[in-house]
Amino acid sequence: MAIVEVRGLRKEFDEVVAVDGVDIRSEEGEFLVLLGPSGCGKTTLLRMIAGLEEPTEGQILLGDEEVNGLPPRARGAAMVFQSYALYPHMTVANNIAFPLKAQRTEPSERLEKVKWAAGLFGIEHLLNRRPRQLSGGERQRVALARALVREPSVFLLDEPLSNLDAKLRAAARDDLMEFQRRIGITTIYVTHDQVEAMGMGDRIAVMDHGKVRQLGTPEEVYHHPADTFVARFLGSPPMNLLEDEDFTFGFRPEHFLPEGVAPDENNRIPFTFFVSRIEYLGSERYLYGHITGHEETKVIAMLPATVTLPVTANRDHEFSVAQDQMRYFDRDQGVRIPPQPLRT
Amino acid sequence: MTTRTRDRYLSDNPRFLAGVFMAPTIIYILALVGFPFVLAIIYAFTDITTGSPDLEFVGFDTFRAVLADPVFRRALANTFWFAVISNLFVVILATGLAELLTRDFKGKWFVRFLILLPWVAPVSLATITWLWTFDSIFSPIDWVLRQVGLISENMFWLGRPQLAMASVITVQVWRIAPLAAVIVMAGLTAIPNEINDAVAVDGAGPWRRLFQITIPLLAPIIAVAVLFGVILTISDMSVVFVLTRGGPTHSTQVLSTWAFFKGIEGGALGQGAAVALFLFPVLVGITAVVLRLARRREVL
Repeated sequence: MAIVEVRGLRKEFDEVVAVDGVDIRSEEGEFLVLLGPSGCGKTTLLRMIAGLEEPTEGQILLGDEEVNGLPPRARGAAMVFQSYALYPHMTVANNIAFPLKAQRTEPSERLEKVKWAAGLFGIEHLLNRRPRQLSGGERQRVALARALVREPSVFLLDEPLSNLDAKLRAAARDDLMEFQRRIGITTIYVTHDQVEAMGMGDRIAVMDHGKVRQLGTPEEVYHHPADTFVARFLGSPPMNLLEDEDFTFGFRPEHFLPEGVAPDENNRIPFTFFVSRIEYLGSERYLYGHITGHEETKVIAMLPATVTLPVTANRDHEFSVAQDQMRYFDRDQGVRIPPQPLRT
Repeated sequence: MTTRTRDRYLSDNPRFLAGVFMAPTIIYILALVGFPFVLAIIYAFTDITTGSPDLEFVGFDTFRAVLADPVFRRALANTFWFAVISNLFVVILATGLAELLTRDFKGKWFVRFLILLPWVAPVSLATITWLWTFDSIFSPIDWVLRQVGLISENMFWLGRPQLAMASVITVQVWRIAPLAAVIVMAGLTAIPNEINDAVAVDGAGPWRRLFQITIPLLAPIIAVAVLFGVILTISDMSVVFVLTRGGPTHSTQVLSTWAFFKGIEGGALGQGAAVALFLFPVLVGITAVVLRLARRREVL
């Protein structure tokens, strides 16, 4: 088990800056998620930790030891790839045994460890098959077993669930979490899927344009976004962001509630909400429209199915947001600022 | 719909287009490969000579006559060893070259160009250059060796049986290795990057990667390269013809040159055809086996 730390890490590919000064320090045994849109540098950051890319600047520390310049095999980090990258010409058993062979583990010990790793993921019955004879979920398990068999100090995962279909993904997420808790190994997990990030991460590093915009627990990044990028990137639908004279303010669709169902009527900021369209999604209703004074910006409200209050389209409704759920951001920089008096 | 309007859409018809596009190739193959091939099969069973072009069928007599000739047996053995030894070197060289050429370095395009040059140059022209390189008096190889002090008199590359064989093999390897390298390169670039990344993270060094991952994954494509190489060495006569004309004393004679000397220069068309056809079943066999192997080892 080891702590992963990067200091002032930078990576340039010719003209493009993929990673632009990143500082992150994981906890011991933490499940840390790197979340961001494609091209934000999260995979490059992971590859630098693995040793597959050399940073242009900055330090990488595994277990408080600098590993810059060391080849991947000297770093003790294991990695699972998006495509799983199983060796197609080898059986599952040989795939899992490959890292052990590279370490020159004794054949008898190797056999035992392969069995142990296969047992961890319930794939003992597949040991004699070849990758092309396996389903997506099975391949993923083989990739995980191969990564874990040499008991690495750090576990790096690059979108390992993105090749699975939606149903399988939920189950695989559950398996992965359970297993990570059991082994307690420090894990860095790259994804662009906020549901995965929120559900799995002890902490999430939200990245954009090579920079970490915010590093915090799922609650922190969701409820207290550091800037408008994080506010917009997390949540589905995302946070409503509106411009006041000198600042931007925002609120989550689920906090935008009609008069009469909102708790604590006193500390609320009222808005007149013109509902132009209603989407009924079973467990909730999405209301699309705009609020008086901000006609140019689309606003979404999300009412859970427990709110049965009838709402009709093409009409004004009285809605409000609790004062402590309102977020304020600098208009130019986008960073969060203390509460401001609203003009409206 | 009238015929006239339908004709306007003729170029939209895939079957019509397929016929039009394939016709030149098919005509070319039938006229320049198929027709002579059928002719050769017919000739092989007759006693036809350039002097008397009457077709009189003699069954397998031509083959019996050909087989009885010790020169033929020598040529058969030579053909076999030329093909095996040249392609052994070709595979090793091509795999090395391909590994090198997929790396990034300065002036890569120029090195690629240089390496491909032997393949682009016309065989006979290139072989004539080699003829000079191996010349008994002016050979630059000898000159260098003499300057270094390794030899005191010339080697006579093409005049001694062993050296002549080595020379022919050298030229064949030089000629075929670029093609094989390009084929292997295509195979190398087809290996997903993530596989190589996984190998690195899994802790394998360069040698383990080469022998346990790269070469096994390349095996089907190397098989295809070998197939091309074997066919090219067995069917080629220009290198031997220009360099040694089969000499000294048939020590570099191969089936293709022997067929030419026997059938065209010697006039025994029937026997020449029999010599030329002798390896046809073998080549078909090799092709079938290699293609089967290549398909079976096909990966994901």
